[in-house]
Amino acid sequence: MTAEIMPIRTAAESGFAEAFAALRGGLADGAITARREAAFRHFEARGLPHRRVEEWKYTDLRALMRDAKPLAGVPDAAAKARAKSAGNIFAAADARRIVLVDGALVPELSDLARLEPGLRIYSLAEALGHGSPEFTRRLATAAPAEGDVAYELNTAFMGDGAIVEVEAGVDVARPLHLVFVYGAHRATAVFSRSLVIVGAGAGLTLLESHEGPDGVDYQINTALDLVVGDRARLNRVKVNTEGDAALHLATLSATIGAKANVSDFAFLTGGLVVRNQMFVKCAGAGTTLDLGGASLLKGRQHGDTTLLVDHAAGGCQGRELFKSVLDGASRGVFQGKIIVRPGAQKTDSRMMTRALLLSEDAEADNKPELEIFADDVQCGHGATSGALDDNLKFYLMARGIPEKEAEALLIQSFVGEAIETVPHEGARDALAAATLRWLGERP
Amino acid sequence: MSLLEIKNLAVKVDDREILKGVDLVIERGEMHAIMGPNGSGKSTLAHVLSGKPGYEVTAGEVKFEDADLLALAPDERAARGIFLAFQYPLEIPGVATMTFLRTALNAQRKTRGEQELSTPEFMKRVREQAAKLAIDPDMLRRPVNVGFSGGEKKRNEILQMALLEPKLAVLDETDSGLDIDALKVVADGVNRLRSPGRAMIVITHYQRLLDHIVPDVVHVLSNGRIMRTGGSELALELEAKGYAPYQDEAVLP
Repeated sequence: MTAEIMPIRTAAESGFAEAFAALRGGLADGAITARREAAFRHFEARGLPHRRVEEWKYTDLRALMRDAKPLAGVPDAAAKARAKSAGNIFAAADARRIVLVDGALVPELSDLARLEPGLRIYSLAEALGHGSPEFTRRLATAAPAEGDVAYELNTAFMGDGAIVEVEAGVDVARPLHLVFVYGAHRATAVFSRSLVIVGAGAGLTLLESHEGPDGVDYQINTALDLVVGDRARLNRVKVNTEGDAALHLATLSATIGAKANVSDFAFLTGGLVVRNQMFVKCAGAGTTLDLGGASLLKGRQHGDTTLLVDHAAGGCQGRELFKSVLDGASRGVFQGKIIVRPGAQKTDSRMMTRALLLSEDAEADNKPELEIFADDVQCGHGATSGALDDNLKFYLMARGIPEKEAEALLIQSFVGEAIETVPHEGARDALAAATLRWLGERP
Repeated sequence: MSLLEIKNLAVKVDDREILKGVDLVIERGEMHAIMGPNGSGKSTLAHVLSGKPGYEVTAGEVKFEDADLLALAPDERAARGIFLAFQYPLEIPGVATMTFLRTALNAQRKTRGEQELSTPEFMKRVREQAAKLAIDPDMLRRPVNVGFSGGEKKRNEILQMALLEPKLAVLDETDSGLDIDALKVVADGVNRLRSPGRAMIVITHYQRLLDHIVPDVVHVLSNGRIMRTGGSELALELEAKGYAPYQDEAVLP
């Protein structure tokens, strides 16, 4: 018998084991249960990632996650009442609102009436209950995020979420807004899993907001499986304004067909420990991919953006622009990896990350990586970090603009360059306004 | 009470003494030219007057309308009526020129306890002044100085001066990098802004600019001191003889 070195389980790891045992007891056998078990075994074999795990080097979950909170229950009336005003950030975007309280889709708060022809929206709980063959099939096929610990944990524990299907050829004009809100009083853990399928030649603007109360150390693990068909359009904007003690782990696992047009923008101001990870596979040729983000952090916030773009087919254009503004003792992490597979010729991929440090105690960690296995490609990356330009600040002040206002104008212009890439005007305006609010709260 | 009184001003940058006791009095309505060789302290004087960080005043005082100018932050000085036209105007990506102008004007008005200008009133003023300086309205929608030519940047400085209506304008080498046509547009703009209530300090290396902007008083600044003061004819003399007669002291132990 081989002697295995078993690391001592942390409180969080033991918590997960107990929670899974309890959950497993209530599940019927079936394909999805088997998948959950496999996912949990995957987690158990590795434990929470720490700084010696390269992909999680700067976000040491073993240290940052003290415990595993109990799984969130079904939202009560009070939680639902609190959710009524959620998602206001996109109020001006005239979007169809689908509200998820503690991960559960709440029909009475959602606008499910008169769906555009070709648009279907239902809950994950419903799909799991019916053993939806589509969803079971999706889970059985390799997703780009498969193997990632946060994603596997999500698979093991997923409770509810939204499933959105847009039929081939249908361009849904009205944006769809998934409003995620934490409504419970005490700290619990939410595992929400959503699936968005945009058929060939179809189009969708997907807005996502995540929010919750300050002072509650709740834990969110949210994942989105995204499947974009050939010649389809998907524009996604995700806003994170979680409460100031929250842990938020988000995974995007996307597979994109040929000649598609996909953009994703992540705007982050909330949460205490946040990781937004994106696994994007360009599976078809000639696709345009635009990924961007802006993180505005202060206090002791930790915001990690981790990106893996896998060019499996040729002739795709990728643009990645991520900006972070770091105040107080906050820490901004950016890890971006671009893989160009053999044969993915004529790939044109540019990645840029810029950090603006507003305080001596703030820290920016940037790790861009390229792995290129094709010879006729154009790929580049750049990373900068620095303070506000004193000369620019003086120029503004010499025109009569007070220091705080001059700084705000410069920060706005720094963040604005990234926000400008968001195609939907209403969403762009919402992000610009959110930036102003953040600046207004700066001490 | 004079508009500006500088007494025995001494200034250090990185422990190096640049100004070594400057005395200068400027009355309302006057146009002063400060000329001098490179490194004489001309730009340092302009920067100290506008409050740029990084300069250490080791002696002397500066009074602006009897107030202690050196105790004020740059934005407070601007609100009281001091304007510096930059030698190298900076580019501010992401901030439209129009936004910049309105933010500056309203910030100054707010500091002075005045009402903000309404948008139509502001637009009217900007368009009027821009037209006088042959500034394309499209330029006002672009980010501040980004992609502007040297001449456009300098005209943009004069546009800011026209809108902000300072009591004292300091023009730091406004002629540098301009061809003769651009120089004329800028000089005309400056001349239009001369008024009995407004004084100006024109800092320049060459006499060329002073053919277009005729000063009342010319000072020669060399090695951190004002070495000579005269009328506009002094500029011509400098052009003929150069700065050499004023630099002797610099080579003495």
